[in-house]
Amino acid sequence: MAERLTPMLIGAMSFLAALAIAGALAAAALAGQWEQNTGAALTVQVPQPADRSHGGASRVQAVLTALENAPDVAGVKALSGAEVDALLMPWLGEDAEKLALPIPAVITAVWTGDGPPDALRGALDALAPGTLVETGAGWAARVAALTGSLQASAVTVLFIVALVAAAVIAVATHAGLAQRRETIEIIHGLGALDSDIAVSFAIRATSLAALGAAIGTVCALPVLFWLAALAAPFAGVVAQPGPALPFELWVALPAVPAGAALIGWVTTQVSVRGWLRRLV
Amino acid sequence: MVRFENVWLKYRREGEASLDSSPDVIADMSFEIPEGGFRWLTGPSGAGKTSVLKLMYLAEHPSQGRIELLGANAARVSRREAAMLRRRIGVVYQDFRLLGHLSAFDNVALPMRLARKGEEQVRADVAELMRWVGLSHRLDSRPAELSGGEQQRLAIARAVVGRPKLLLADEPTGNLDEEQAERLMLLITGLNALGTTVVVATHNLRLVGRYPAPRLQIEGGRLIHNG
Repeated sequence: MAERLTPMLIGAMSFLAALAIAGALAAAALAGQWEQNTGAALTVQVPQPADRSHGGASRVQAVLTALENAPDVAGVKALSGAEVDALLMPWLGEDAEKLALPIPAVITAVWTGDGPPDALRGALDALAPGTLVETGAGWAARVAALTGSLQASAVTVLFIVALVAAAVIAVATHAGLAQRRETIEIIHGLGALDSDIAVSFAIRATSLAALGAAIGTVCALPVLFWLAALAAPFAGVVAQPGPALPFELWVALPAVPAGAALIGWVTTQVSVRGWLRRLV
Repeated sequence: MVRFENVWLKYRREGEASLDSSPDVIADMSFEIPEGGFRWLTGPSGAGKTSVLKLMYLAEHPSQGRIELLGANAARVSRREAAMLRRRIGVVYQDFRLLGHLSAFDNVALPMRLARKGEEQVRADVAELMRWVGLSHRLDSRPAELSGGEQQRLAIARAVVGRPKLLLADEPTGNLDEEQAERLMLLITGLNALGTTVVVATHNLRLVGRYPAPRLQIEGGRLIHNG
């Protein structure tokens, strides 16, 4: 009975393992994507006098020119008043201009330098006092911490799944040993080595574990395709006509049945050899 | 060669931490059987004959004392060495201990296959032995399809197929008629003549009388006569 349940239980564990692996890989891909896009983003706020006609445009132009000439800055773009208003709309509503607030001009760019843009910050402040230069590094660090936690969780899930799979195989092996006790004692008495007996059990347990894991992994594929389709816009994946999974996942998924087979082999060997030690 | 030196055997009672209060199954037993020797192991039922044989085929470890089997100290051998030692010992069990899911042929072939003998040799040796024990027409039968006497002969064939250095038989003629018992004893004495050390446990004194040989007589776990 326990032996018959083994492939089903290992299949269920493998289903979870496949999802955990996919989660870990997706988190890594998202982290990479966000680090690349957000980490390099540069936002420059140039304060403007309340009356925009008093030199505001020249300050912005001076900062723009400095940015365009800076060696580690690319993609410099000044946001239009409408774009800035659109950004502020969630906080200030549609009539931001009527509030007569000193809203700064906003310039976006991409920072291509290695370290933080401290020198640029000082130079721009000298050109237009009060200019703020922000990078996305802080956000990228938070995203990295989040995805790191997600990956650690996925690894923990995989570890627990592996432990449960090993426990299932150990229980099934002990049930099989109890059922075949007399046969094993006879073979042992005829001079069978512990390894002979352990290998015969391990071959069966390994094939059952690999089969169950293969079925569980295949059953997880539709869910993975669905999740991949949902995650594609966040991961910057170009939409494809048919169902698609990341290449890394196609490489990692066969590791599930392989891992289950390895767990089956090792657990059975340890269980059978331990049990045989009770025989003289 | 088989040597028992002050061997004791006790079984731990359930729930007891030590063996001290357990009864003696074998008590202070010492004897020696030279290589190629033949010994009857006699005594009434429950005297400890089977326990002595179990010590000889390493199914039990003595609680005390030393056992030397085929040149090895039985207490000091590793598990692998013990398995190798068992391959040199043929055992005919009182309850046959045949594998019900295997054919008669495969039951007899098992010791040779465990010893990694070539399949050609296995086929030839098993076929010859099955002919000798009169079971060549039953090669594909399962043990359950055989009579008690046929099962006994099958168990004997399995015990001797590996040409053991030590042959142990526990009441081997118990299920055989006179003619079959005679053939079995001819096989056993023939193997003994070829150099195999033989120990046959029986309470059949008529059989012992027909094949005179030194006798280890035990009662209540003690050796009371040797010779």
